Amino acid sequence: MSVSFLISQAKSVQKVIDENSAEIEILDQKIGDGDHIFNIQRGLKLVVELEDSIKDLPLAKALNMIAMKVLSGIGGSSGALFGTFFMTMAKSPDLDKDVDFNKACEMIISGIKAMKERGKADVGEKTMMDVLIPVSEKLNELKNESEFKLGLNEVIKIAEERMLSTKDMLATKGRASFLGERAKGHIDPGARSSQLIIDTICKSVINN
Amino acid sequence: MKKFINNNDDFLKESLTGFGKAHSDIINVNLDPSFVSRKNKTKDGKVSLISGGGSGHEPMHGGFVGHGMLDAACPGFVFSAPTPDQMQAAAEHVDSGAGVLFIVKNYSGDIMNFQMGAEMYSGKNDSIVTNDDVAVEDSTFTTGRRGVAATVLVEKIVGSLAEQGGSLEECKKLGEKVNKNAGTMGVAFTSCTVPAAGKPTFDIGDDEMEFGVGIHGEPGRKREKIQASKTIVGNILEAILDNLKPEKNEKNLLFVNGMGGTPLTELYLVYEDACQILQSKGVQVTKSLVGNYCTSLEMQGASITLLKCDDEILKHWDSPVHTAAMRWGM
Repeated sequence: MSVSFLISQAKSVQKVIDENSAEIEILDQKIGDGDHIFNIQRGLKLVVELEDSIKDLPLAKALNMIAMKVLSGIGGSSGALFGTFFMTMAKSPDLDKDVDFNKACEMIISGIKAMKERGKADVGEKTMMDVLIPVSEKLNELKNESEFKLGLNEVIKIAEERMLSTKDMLATKGRASFLGERAKGHIDPGARSSQLIIDTICKSVINN
Repeated sequence: MKKFINNNDDFLKESLTGFGKAHSDIINVNLDPSFVSRKNKTKDGKVSLISGGGSGHEPMHGGFVGHGMLDAACPGFVFSAPTPDQMQAAAEHVDSGAGVLFIVKNYSGDIMNFQMGAEMYSGKNDSIVTNDDVAVEDSTFTTGRRGVAATVLVEKIVGSLAEQGGSLEECKKLGEKVNKNAGTMGVAFTSCTVPAAGKPTFDIGDDEMEFGVGIHGEPGRKREKIQASKTIVGNILEAILDNLKPEKNEKNLLFVNGMGGTPLTELYLVYEDACQILQSKGVQVTKSLVGNYCTSLEMQGASITLLKCDDEILKHWDSPVHTAAMRWGM
């Protein structure tokens, strides 16, 4: 993981999120209030715009700047959660040394753990954590494998299955929790956007 | 969508700037990070009260900054929680050394962002979370009840205690009492339209209403055919009374709040219906508040809040207040 990797991933994710924005907006209007897609798009735009100011910085500093930008520029639950994610990654030890696959996995795992604590949400509550926690568990299995690219295909599969599984769940956290039974039958918009992000990044790593 | 708008990116900034100019005798507006604060510095030894939340609920919370109520308010984007740097900057700006009490509505985004803001602020601080919406079932393993219109009452009553020199602990305790003594439920006839979305948040038939609606157009208990005002008001009050169970000799404040698109004429009619129904059930109404205080953009609809009042609450309700949206006694 490097600063240029982060910037190029942010650009690819921005493209994919923009292509799927109508779908995410509709999902959020069904069980939320419709702000999720605008928050995610605003956050990605702000991160992509950071390119010139972070491209020559050490990784820890760049991650910290991304965290602060996300935290202060998005708002809502997504801002707090993704801000926490990047802030935790920035605090990882030894970021001045080479960050290989194993180390990158550990950073992502600790970032997702911090999100879980911030949002106090676990698997089965119809939120983005339904996708992120299983992905984090899979990365924990994969991190020491040399043939990790094969394993990333499984990560893609897990993210998709878990995203789809939110459809029949009752929501107990977040704004959809106010709906009771009426939340059933709709995929969680945060689970969908998280799955798209994981899908994009994994595919890019596999193809490089 | 028909709205007064120049372009989406400037919507909030332009509105806040206008708000600052219109009420320049009472408040200042700081942009980037955005917060509204009193024109005059918080006096030494007075606890500072800071609230905030997504925009689109005006006059909440910026309209409640001023003598006898809030010291600062942090507006987020429309219907999105404000960010931690706003809370941190507002706290640093207003804290006079007696500490900061954050007043937070129970929505996940607000809770998380205020928590982070509180962690980033180095001064003494504490928080209270309002959750007066009886439309949602309370439970410890879910997000629980929403914080809605009673937040206005909490800000007024705790604001008075802070003005009179109450400590951070005392302010928190009174805020929690007011929240516990209050119950709210709302109904919507139409959806609202978030400017960035450009279209209504939800579809609703001409003859339908959303019973138990939240303040972002998020659905409530059930979708029903529209009924006579007395029936609607009766159903709302039944849910609130079930929850609050006021005693026969207890005094109550009745608050009819407009969602933004319902004229005052109708809100007063709702107030009259509510008074009659409460009287028939032996519930005493001694204080009133009617108007658009905790809105949901242009949504048509209203919420009713009942607050059980003891002498302490009554005293702080009646005390002088001077804000953009609420003023009496001075």
